Amino acid sequence: MNSSLVLSIITFVYGLAGFLYIFAWVFKRPDAGRLASWVAVIGLFGNTAGIIMRWVESYRMGIGHAPFSNLYESLVFFAWTIGVIYLVVERKAGNRIIGAFTMPIAFLAMAYASLKPGISSEIQPLIPALKSNWLIAHVITCFIGYAAFATAFGIGAMYLLKQGRDVEGVTWLDIAKPLTLFIFVLLFSRVLLAGNWAMSIIIALPLCLIFYIGVFLTRRMPVDIKDRLLGVFPESAILDELGYQVTLFGFLFLSIGIISGAVWANSAWGRYWGWDPKETWSLITWFIYATLLHARLMRGWRGRRIAYLSLVGFAAVLFTYFGVNLLPGLHSYGAFGQ
Amino acid sequence: MNSKQSSADLSAIDRIWKSFASVRLTIALLLSLAATSIIGTLIPQNEAPGAYLQTFGEFLYRLFSLLGLFDMYHSWWFRALILLLVVNIIICSLDRLKATWKIIFVRNPRFNIARYRQLKSKAEFNAAGATASLKDRFLPVVSRRYRYRRTEETDAGFAIYAEKGRLTRLGVYVVHLSVVVLLIGGLIGSIFGYEGFVNLAPGDSARSIQLRHNNQILPLGFDIRCDAFKVEFYDTGAPKEFRSSLSILKEGKVIEQKDIIVNDPLRYEGISFYQASYGSLSPTEVILNFTSQATGMIYSQRAAIGTAVDIPENLGTFTLKKYTRQADFRGHNIGEAFIGVLTPQNSNPIDITLPLKFPSFDKMRKGQVFVSIADFVPRYYTGLQVSKDPGVWVVYIGFILMIIGIYITFFMSHQQICVEVTLLDKKSQVMVAGTSNKNKMGMQKKVAQLAHRLANLTSGK
Ligand code: HEM
Repeated sequence: MNSSLVLSIITFVYGLAGFLYIFAWVFKRPDAGRLASWVAVIGLFGNTAGIIMRWVESYRMGIGHAPFSNLYESLVFFAWTIGVIYLVVERKAGNRIIGAFTMPIAFLAMAYASLKPGISSEIQPLIPALKSNWLIAHVITCFIGYAAFATAFGIGAMYLLKQGRDVEGVTWLDIAKPLTLFIFVLLFSRVLLAGNWAMSIIIALPLCLIFYIGVFLTRRMPVDIKDRLLGVFPESAILDELGYQVTLFGFLFLSIGIISGAVWANSAWGRYWGWDPKETWSLITWFIYATLLHARLMRGWRGRRIAYLSLVGFAAVLFTYFGVNLLPGLHSYGAFGQ
Repeated sequence: MNSKQSSADLSAIDRIWKSFASVRLTIALLLSLAATSIIGTLIPQNEAPGAYLQTFGEFLYRLFSLLGLFDMYHSWWFRALILLLVVNIIICSLDRLKATWKIIFVRNPRFNIARYRQLKSKAEFNAAGATASLKDRFLPVVSRRYRYRRTEETDAGFAIYAEKGRLTRLGVYVVHLSVVVLLIGGLIGSIFGYEGFVNLAPGDSARSIQLRHNNQILPLGFDIRCDAFKVEFYDTGAPKEFRSSLSILKEGKVIEQKDIIVNDPLRYEGISFYQASYGSLSPTEVILNFTSQATGMIYSQRAAIGTAVDIPENLGTFTLKKYTRQADFRGHNIGEAFIGVLTPQNSNPIDITLPLKFPSFDKMRKGQVFVSIADFVPRYYTGLQVSKDPGVWVVYIGFILMIIGIYITFFMSHQQICVEVTLLDKKSQVMVAGTSNKNKMGMQKKVAQLAHRLANLTSGK
């Protein structure tokens, strides 16, 4: 039994947990909810074991290093962090519905890591630039930040579902929103799923369509079903506050993540900041969340506007993580010399 | 600021001050910085003009270069945005600090009991016993949780006021200060620092380096010498380690020596040498195989460029002349090769090409002896990044301030509570109420806990 196998199994455990959370929510089955929590805890244990096993295996292979060095390992750790943060939120908020919106993210991260061709699950030796303790600090803190933002994203989505459509219709917003959605979905299909733009459009169009059919159906849903589904959500004010608390946590860790990255860059290349695309995108993300904090604290933004900012912020997180590979001129990480 | 003043009464300075103290400006600036930063990740920065011309065409090239988009993070308008943000942070912080200061630096904070009575996070219960005895029992419990406390007599009993975390109100200013400190550090670095590079072959030394942004030559004031350079690879072919042994020399004397690897530079007089890259140099030593046609014997010999080697069986001498990256054979490029001269015992010298890729190339000559390259010692030069940044410590102080500041701001708060005991007939009524400047939900729980604890105390548990 090696770590890759354990982690593939955990993918399904997380999938099951996500499914049970959704099932418990839609069919009002608290027993399924309790089961979901247990399955999530088991998944988290397995995930932890998988990470430790991988660490040990790398030492057995004579190329020992902490398992935070490539895309596969970072995705596995991302899923782990989402699991931990979600379970803490579940305990604090005493509500399992949030799990229906966050556990699937952990599942998707693991599934993507295991299934996407081209993401190697093999343990690779470290190239010289990655041999630094700052790397470990950097990856761990960044991913705690990302996972917190992912949780805040889930909570923001719940808020928007509960609050429904904007009261006052604004024409340019009605056009801008689907367009923005399409651009994001297109970008992500290009980065994550397809090798070229034509293929990405073919994937993105139906995805957007499904999303809007979903939105349409939610709006047309009979009031009693709607009440049943959304009535069990935590109060809007609590969702808002919860999302904000998780965002604060994420902001602290994103800041430490960027800072540890800067210190590492300084020890490896003699410069703490070089405006390379990945660095710049992490700064963009940081600016967006700083905006959120100030808007909420000082301008009294609450609820929907903050939820939208939270979605945009998480899109920036994803772009920092994956999208940067699309951009020109990314050389400094990994590449060395020629 | 006095909000009752109408804007017409404000002097021009006040108005400018006000607009710079606005958080609306902050939001606009942060979002503009986020949006414009994207441009620089879409257009590769600091490339050669030729490359841009080819990608964008004449018109767009002119336009973009006018807007500074090819080095946008150093363009005037991007710097202006950052400067505006700094002014905004400083003025806004000063503006609010005036009010915060009064709350933080008072000897005896003011408590207003009416305010506590109206709070949402409030708990009440009845307790048996005289108020005086309750005071003695309550005070230690409150003291354990709150640093500052004070008791006041009221008409029908007493009130305990307590608080903690007053200084955490300064956290936000620490965060904002850290942003300013970071940018000052960056400024110091860009004025007094530099980034450059130098390539050294083993054995070579350099007295100056080349700067990165303008290609100027900068003298170091000492010599840097590469004593050895080693590259190691994993079995997979991925690089494992790059190690340069460096010496610093002054007036011919070695002052300092260190092996550097990636992530572990050499620092001397504020200048750091980083292992940044490497490249291959032409090899100067090879192992040659001479195959005698007559006997079929193979003789292996080491040969360095420029020195003649005697071939056994009196087959003559061979001299390695040079290495070339691209050798030519009848108009074809046959890649890396050595060129040598074979001088047989009693005939004229012949030029011989020894391509690395085709070891039996020389067989085609059908001479008395066939020469091939069995092995060669690869040689590399080391590429050193050289940088000096006297601002880096300021930046690191900014980093530390930022982390501490954010932690304080987010996770600590200024909490105030009031426990009021009023005598009603024979019983005492107790009210516990509290507020905090942040995380009100958490405070609500704390108030409930404290009330619970005090209630247990009076019921004898
Ligand atoms: C990149 C720059 C900035 C960063 C990282 C930053 C960070 C922060 C943080 C972390 C908080 C605390 C939020 C909380 O308590 O939840 C805060 C609050 C605040 N910030 Fe900023 N800030 C920045 C720029 C600015 C600027 C330019 C202004 C100028 C108007 C400003 C005004 C404020 C104000 C008024 C508060 C609330 C202070 C209070 O609670 O009394 N910030 N900022």
